[in-house]
Amino acid sequence: MADFEPRIVAFLCHWCTYTGADLAGTTRQQYPPNIRIIHLMCSGAVDSIYVLKALIDGADGVLIGGCHPGDCHYQTGNYKARRRVAILKGILEQMGFTEHRIWLKWISASEGKLFADTVTKMVDDLKKMGPNPMKQLWNA
Amino acid sequence: MAKKAAVKVAEEKTDEAIIGFLKSLLEKEVVEAILIPKTLPSQDGFVQTLIRDPEKLNGVCVFSPTMPVQSARVVSNLSVKNLGKKVAAVLKACEIRAAVELAKFLQVKMDNLYLIGIDCPGTFEVTDYARMVQEGKGGESLTKELLKGMEKGELSLPSGYSFRTACQMCEYPVTQADISIKLFGYKADQEIGIEIGDKLGKEIEEKGILSFSENGSPSRSEVISKVIAERTKKRDALFQEFKGIVKDLQAFLDRFSTCVRCHNCMVACPICYCKECVFRTAVFEHDGDQFLRWADRKGEIRMPTDTLIFHLIRMSHMVTSCIGCGLCDSACPSRLPVATLFRSVGERIQKMFQYVPGRNVEETPPVASFKEDELKIESGAL
Ligand code: SF4
Ligand code: SF4
Ligand code: FES
Repeated sequence: MADFEPRIVAFLCHWCTYTGADLAGTTRQQYPPNIRIIHLMCSGAVDSIYVLKALIDGADGVLIGGCHPGDCHYQTGNYKARRRVAILKGILEQMGFTEHRIWLKWISASEGKLFADTVTKMVDDLKKMGPNPMKQLWNA
Repeated sequence: MAKKAAVKVAEEKTDEAIIGFLKSLLEKEVVEAILIPKTLPSQDGFVQTLIRDPEKLNGVCVFSPTMPVQSARVVSNLSVKNLGKKVAAVLKACEIRAAVELAKFLQVKMDNLYLIGIDCPGTFEVTDYARMVQEGKGGESLTKELLKGMEKGELSLPSGYSFRTACQMCEYPVTQADISIKLFGYKADQEIGIEIGDKLGKEIEEKGILSFSENGSPSRSEVISKVIAERTKKRDALFQEFKGIVKDLQAFLDRFSTCVRCHNCMVACPICYCKECVFRTAVFEHDGDQFLRWADRKGEIRMPTDTLIFHLIRMSHMVTSCIGCGLCDSACPSRLPVATLFRSVGERIQKMFQYVPGRNVEETPPVASFKEDELKIESGAL
């Protein structure tokens, strides 16, 4: 598995985590290039369908990034996202699919380093887990 | 406080005692109409019927032992837009619980609706029941047997037939409703119980429709506990068996390999509350080239696509409110255990939020609410 490079699809909210990712770039934080970012206005806009679609179609992991609890620009989007992610993780776990491929992370606009560290750690973890079995299911 | 009455049954005609009570609800204008299953002219099935004329209550089947549609859907159609007059609906326990869930999603309006629940011994598949009638095992003789069995909670069914799987594992044989008709623990050929909730108690007393007393069946709660215990045991066994088969997603797809993705399970489900389902929108009308790209990436793909995502997403949207009626099972042309899947997964998810669907109309479904301090699921401790 030495040359396995995991692919991560990230859904980041505009006001916090996306801006945090931007900051990571402008402040030249180093992090692996395994991540494809999708820019949303709020983590509350993430439906479990997006997450699952990414996992079925080729992602090895999905990162959902939003503002810290209490800081959502739309007040409560991140709390709703958290419930949705918890429900999806619970369902997948019940169906024998590890929840550890789906990450929910609160990263603020000023936490560029936290964003870089999160991606680094996630890539590391996914490398240990190996390719996502879901994306190989021909009959999904 | 709920008010209780014991109603005497004349000449062992339990259904007539109940029909008499329902008639008086119409005649004394407690309600303008009653929704209730009526026997088809062919005798081999039942349909929900909205009855205005008290005389038309003759021939209704209070104990209809099938569930051709989830009546919560019917009640939704009936109540959600401009129902100006009071209507009562005679429903099974799971139909009431589904109606309660739909009320939370603003798809049932309780304002002018009274729910009448009736103890449920279980229901048969519609096709099974039709066959039973052909073989002379349905109709009145079946009802008599079922009522007899409900006294002690020991039901014996015509040989070769069983209740729908969902019913066998349903822990809710009795209802919480505006009016509950009680059969478990009663010698129903002589007496049954009726319990009236707060919404109607006063009116029914004032209009002299029932006289209330505290006398009930002494064995009732014991019988109910026994029935629930048996069904819970069955449920746990089915869950365990199912989880033994569905060890991972590949195993799930193997078990569901005959799913033709017809969406019948979703159409039949009373809980699927979206007015427009994403699976029936352009989002899932993929480009030809897209199919080719998928096939290219995986070498081959099963057609039609999107089976896994269909089941998992339907679950993620509504499994917290699944009341386990099993209408999905009954609707599946491939006889797949959809309800066992939804119930076994749903159990964990519902517990996560200490949520019991159908319990109380005042509660908010987990997908429509949140708490600030809950679910420590943030990932990747750094
Ligand atoms: S009804 Fe059965 S075959 Fe049709 S989509 Fe549902 S599980 Fe698949
Ligand atoms: S998923 Fe099946 S068992 Fe659950 S509410 Fe819908 S139809 Fe009933
Ligand atoms: S705007 Fe960042 S989570 Fe809602």
